[in-house]
Amino acid sequence: MNLFLLTIDWWFIIEKLVLIAVIVSLCLIIAMYETYGERKVAAYIQDRIGPDRAGPFGILQPLADGGKLFFKEEIIPNASSKYLFVLGPTLAMITALLTSAVIPWGTSLEIGGRTVGLQVADINIGVLYIFAVVSVGVYGIMIGAWSSNNKFSLLSGLRAASQMISYELAMGLALIAVLMMSGSLQMSVIVNKQMAGALGGFGGWNIWYQPLGFLVFFTCALAECNRTPFDLPEAESELNFGYHQEYSSMKLGFYLFAEYINMFMSCILMSTLFLGGYDIPFVNETNLAAQIGQNWVALLSFLSLLAKAFFLVFVFMWIRWTVPRFRFDQLMHLGWKKLIPLALANMLITAALILWLNK
Amino acid sequence: MSQQHHIILPEGSIEKATTTLNLGPTHPATHGVFQNILELDGERIVSADQTVGYIHRAFEKIAEHRNLYQITTLTDRLNYCSGPLNNMGWHLTCEKLLNVKTPKRVDYLRVIIMELARISDHLICNSIVGVDSGAFTGFLYVMQYRELIYEIYDEICGSRITTNIGRIGGFERDFNDIAFTKIQKFIDEYPAVLKEFENLFNRNRIFVDRLVGAGPISAERALNYGFTGPNLRAAGVDYDVRVVAPYASYDEFDFTVPIGTTGDCYDRFLVRNQEMWQSLSIIKQAMNKLADLKGKDATVFHADVPEYYLPEKQDVYTKMEQMIWHFKIIYGEINMPKGEVYHSIEAANGELGYYLISDGGRSPYRLHFRRPCFIYYQAFEELVKDGLLSDAVIVMSSLNLIAGEMDA
Repeated sequence: MNLFLLTIDWWFIIEKLVLIAVIVSLCLIIAMYETYGERKVAAYIQDRIGPDRAGPFGILQPLADGGKLFFKEEIIPNASSKYLFVLGPTLAMITALLTSAVIPWGTSLEIGGRTVGLQVADINIGVLYIFAVVSVGVYGIMIGAWSSNNKFSLLSGLRAASQMISYELAMGLALIAVLMMSGSLQMSVIVNKQMAGALGGFGGWNIWYQPLGFLVFFTCALAECNRTPFDLPEAESELNFGYHQEYSSMKLGFYLFAEYINMFMSCILMSTLFLGGYDIPFVNETNLAAQIGQNWVALLSFLSLLAKAFFLVFVFMWIRWTVPRFRFDQLMHLGWKKLIPLALANMLITAALILWLNK
Repeated sequence: MSQQHHIILPEGSIEKATTTLNLGPTHPATHGVFQNILELDGERIVSADQTVGYIHRAFEKIAEHRNLYQITTLTDRLNYCSGPLNNMGWHLTCEKLLNVKTPKRVDYLRVIIMELARISDHLICNSIVGVDSGAFTGFLYVMQYRELIYEIYDEICGSRITTNIGRIGGFERDFNDIAFTKIQKFIDEYPAVLKEFENLFNRNRIFVDRLVGAGPISAERALNYGFTGPNLRAAGVDYDVRVVAPYASYDEFDFTVPIGTTGDCYDRFLVRNQEMWQSLSIIKQAMNKLADLKGKDATVFHADVPEYYLPEKQDVYTKMEQMIWHFKIIYGEINMPKGEVYHSIEAANGELGYYLISDGGRSPYRLHFRRPCFIYYQAFEELVKDGLLSDAVIVMSSLNLIAGEMDA
């Protein structure tokens, strides 16, 4: 028994646990401040001031909102299925947070002679893992919508399910082209491949080789996150906020939070797959590490990833406050008749080019 | 209304392939309280049943116990997005019964107020079409300018939504300089905003796709239902009360009546936008005409109707005649002439008519409001049938269904 305990790399477990704790809390904090950011961006676009009462520039607003949600009365409708009613938001929240496990957040740190990778699990099917988790995410919405026993919620659940399934297809097809270029499903390999490109990695970003793929992926990401113009499941003017109509208190908060975490994670994912991940553009990370030390480079690369993701998050918000939403048949039309053929064509062209260039 | 189309099967029956959905009375898209019982096959609307009456306040009955000037406050509460228009329509009706001729200046001032109200109504309606299709931003752009319009009302009569603006025969007091400055400010600044609003929507692909073909109505069907106003013009009929039966000197103004072709939501949207441009031009013309008035004409702000227009307060304290009129007006002791009049104006929403029967008493024997909304709503089922749930929401907002006007 003692021998077995000795064989375990305790430092490894501790560093992973710390990493998990840091990443999960980071996701939560970022999701909180995304709500603040959304309101400020909306205010800017709409010629308003936005939240500015709680703390300087209103930066304590998310805390106030969260606190309010916690203290709100918990209402579970009598007609609902109680167990599923609670399961819905829980599932939404869990799946939203699970995605963060396979993201490479930066180059590795060096602490006391140990190399600590900034990735919780560098599994060789990272991309598949994300798709699997995201697919489970729709159950959170469906279960919540169905168990509410409300017709508006039910309609919203149906919309969410068909929307997610349709757009996941196009998303997957757009991704296949990227996977063909990288030759791996492993997130770290995809990033390293891009970092090896010209101009300190900048020329290697997949977006330059897959602009169409990126566009399709981005559109599908909007749909997967239920953001305008694909916010049909919530559609406040048609379905009264749809699936979370019957929810109150922190269960509502979970749904809202999960949406923002999903948005952040999909932007991180897009940065990783298409924008070179944690690559710092025009900088050779290995040379830089020799000059200023490995840990500083890790920090900078992490910030670089965040900057890319935040830019995409901003674009998400920009779109949300600019365009109207689709009608349901138009949504399906776009997904099946436009995005999937585009993604397929993109895949075929990529495959043909790879074959031709490698001949 | 449409019981014969309704599929009625016991709840839980396996043959029942449709769902009944209550869109309203408290639904964000109804913008007021009225109920649509939709029979849905998936998201497709099989039939729609309308219910009105949730905010029925019996205005027509109340009016039978009130003096003419007291009824003005009721008209405010019909279409509350453009209260001043209703007030003006009512004053014009009373003047028709009393046979009062208003000075030109009063007409021009009324035209300014009416066109401002039309703009405020149209901008709300069109921006709400945006909100209901999911684009909230355009709504706030123009909403700031409705605020400017309300400030103008505020300057003229001291209130904002339910204005009770004007009196029988003219205005309670003259417009002050601040009011004219604010009107000028509005007509200077609004075009840029309206342009921006049009840029945001008119050719936005998603918006156009949502609206084109949603809730269309042919000119013939629209006329059969009794459509008027922008909704009829969108169907291609150039009927505008300001042109066919001019009142308040509208015949002196130069403006075009925009028309659509298909009568769908997009045409209604464009017609309303175009009407806002026309209203701006009418206000400019009215301002110029006001500036051209000379002498006594340039200061008068009400006609001489001692029976209904309250005398100056200092005169009430010093002059016998004025004191008597004041007393009689306040106590409502004035018998109106016997008669029967119908007067309609081009309100923001269509032809707003007042049918007034007087038996020579102190209050109307009967008063009927012809509310355009109520008439549009009859066509709701025909407009949304075979559409999707989202279409029903857009149709409701683009018809500009206002519960206050629908129920009266």
